Amino acid sequence: MKRYQAQILLLAALVISFVISRFSDQFDSYYLDIALTAGISIVLAVSLNLVNGHTGQFSLGHAGLMAVGAYGSAVVSLELRPGLAGIFGTGEFGQGMAFITALLTGGLLAAVFGWMIGVPSLRLRGDYLAIVTLGFNEIIRVILQNTKPGSVFGGALGLSGIPSQATIFWVFGAAAVCVYVVTSMVNSTWGRGFLAVRDDEVAASASGISTTRYKVTAFVVGAFFAGIGGGLYAHQKGAINPEGFNFLKSFDVVVIVILGGMGSTVGVIAAAIILTVLNEYLRDYEQYRMIIFSLLLIIMMLLRPQGLLPASLFEKKGRAA
Amino acid sequence: MLARLLSRAVLPLGITLAFLTAGCSKKENTNEIVIGEVASLTGGTAAWGKAQNDGVKMAVEEINAAGGLLGKKVKLLTEDDQSKNGEAGTVTKKLVSREKVVGMLGEISSSKSLEMAPICQKEGVPMISPGSTNTKVTEVGDFIFRVCFIDPFQGTVMAKFALSKGWKNMAVLTDVKEDYSVGLSQFFKEYYSKNDGKVAVEQSFSKGDKDFKSQLTAIKAANVDAIFLPGYYTEIGLIAKQARELGITVPMCGGDGWDDASLMQVAGSAVDGCFFSNHFSTEDKSQAIQAFVKKYEAARGTKPSTFVALGYDAAMLLFHGIKTAGTTDGKAVRDVLAKTKDFPGITGSITLDEKRNATKAAVILTIDKGEVKYVETVQP
Repeated sequence: MKRYQAQILLLAALVISFVISRFSDQFDSYYLDIALTAGISIVLAVSLNLVNGHTGQFSLGHAGLMAVGAYGSAVVSLELRPGLAGIFGTGEFGQGMAFITALLTGGLLAAVFGWMIGVPSLRLRGDYLAIVTLGFNEIIRVILQNTKPGSVFGGALGLSGIPSQATIFWVFGAAAVCVYVVTSMVNSTWGRGFLAVRDDEVAASASGISTTRYKVTAFVVGAFFAGIGGGLYAHQKGAINPEGFNFLKSFDVVVIVILGGMGSTVGVIAAAIILTVLNEYLRDYEQYRMIIFSLLLIIMMLLRPQGLLPASLFEKKGRAA
Repeated sequence: MLARLLSRAVLPLGITLAFLTAGCSKKENTNEIVIGEVASLTGGTAAWGKAQNDGVKMAVEEINAAGGLLGKKVKLLTEDDQSKNGEAGTVTKKLVSREKVVGMLGEISSSKSLEMAPICQKEGVPMISPGSTNTKVTEVGDFIFRVCFIDPFQGTVMAKFALSKGWKNMAVLTDVKEDYSVGLSQFFKEYYSKNDGKVAVEQSFSKGDKDFKSQLTAIKAANVDAIFLPGYYTEIGLIAKQARELGITVPMCGGDGWDDASLMQVAGSAVDGCFFSNHFSTEDKSQAIQAFVKKYEAARGTKPSTFVALGYDAAMLLFHGIKTAGTTDGKAVRDVLAKTKDFPGITGSITLDEKRNATKAAVILTIDKGEVKYVETVQP
């Protein structure tokens, strides 16, 4: 029993989100939208946490990878729909399969991009890596922006009319899988290498750990889930646009990770939910919203620089979260 | 151990569930007609959003002063999308599902309207965009309307105007990063070349560029009568200035992207004698426009910009729809709006075609010593 508890939890999460999603018609669509946004934030933040938190690298390119996933999956959904319907049928099951194909395409594309950018740039450290990933983020955005209007990528106006298939089940299912994969990786014996790279790269490398390999692995897995997150985002909003994936979007995710506590999965999940909800509650204070938001961040960093629920909180009790 | 882990995984789901069910209490108010508006009140395009909001608010004040709609007061709920993509969709859901608005107004930017449109279409709430000129917006469905003309029209209008000026040989300089600019150029070239005009040279730039000398040198060598320059004011100002520095003296012309006071600040005398098309002009002598301008000036102290007028028209058209339908039922209002013919708006007489796009006149403006002057009205 104890041996399989992570798998049982994953299964439980999937079943619960499936059941809730059956009743999603009962919910107010605005609240549903916020819940989906929070779920997508969890996918993005937990995956970035693998790179920034557990492995100790500083990537600012998450929005770029998200854009790859969003565009990849949106193009599959928009262009290949009849073909996929031919394979899987047009029923609920067929649509689900078509959606999962779109999501996986987006995720895998993002992983490939992550690998391409990761292999050369992860030999860099700290600030330099941040700059390279930021540059990558901008390159993706500018390329998408300069595609021809009316082409499959839609140019500066972006893509619209993407079917809104991201339900509670898909979003929280993906979040559960993402959390499961990341925690299992980090908690495994092999995964101690991520933490070793974070804690002391020189010492890790001297102990025979291939630091580049660990960094690239973290980056590729992070990129895959960023792509999945992007795909979910595209199928939630129904319309995507290159400008929506600028570096500010990357910062949003970085803020969640730092606020939640670098390397703490529970903290990052909590921060993703809190920040999404807070953003909505502060909507009534329009012009003060950004000030309140920024002030909260400053106070938080002054009083609790280790984050909301730091990893050390859980490590003391036995295993890392 | 299992219990602790379980509580950990269930935590996010539990919070979400609690949060979702908390939202089930819905408010209904039968004494008011609630209208929703999405505008970019903060962020990059705040100037447009504020103008739109000003116009809409003015229309609401007017209708309430005149006794409201169907015997009820009109209540306006405005949500800010922070000029961010992704936000427009969320606030539209908020307005439509939680506040139960009977009509939606907004946005000016086409990419944000495209986020709002599918939601309004699905929920059966009529939506009127004041300023989204991209053709795709109203293609979303039969609940989506607009009161402005679409991109192709401005290109055609300027081509007509150029031909009437006797310019037979022109250069086209397009911002390839903006759909808007590409669309205008395409329709300009189409109409212009079909009617004996010759596009001697075509050059392009990208939004954010600062130096345009190489493109302008090529244009200068072609010795054209005029330059068609669709784009936004930030780059237009720099282009005009650099063109004059290179000794290009021919007039330049463009679309409503020129319409901003900062153009004159950047370009100074470089844009004197240039022309651009627009939705309306405060200098237009027609009575309705002059009355509107006076009223706005008295209340806000400045002359209304185009988006104020478009926001006002969008709101007034929606009120007209509700009033004529005699109900706030989305389908009934939609049917009335779809039949709109010669609706007297500030930005011209609005007729909606079968694609729910407004067909109406455009005005041509010129810049004279830093002042924008009205030239003529071009009928569709």
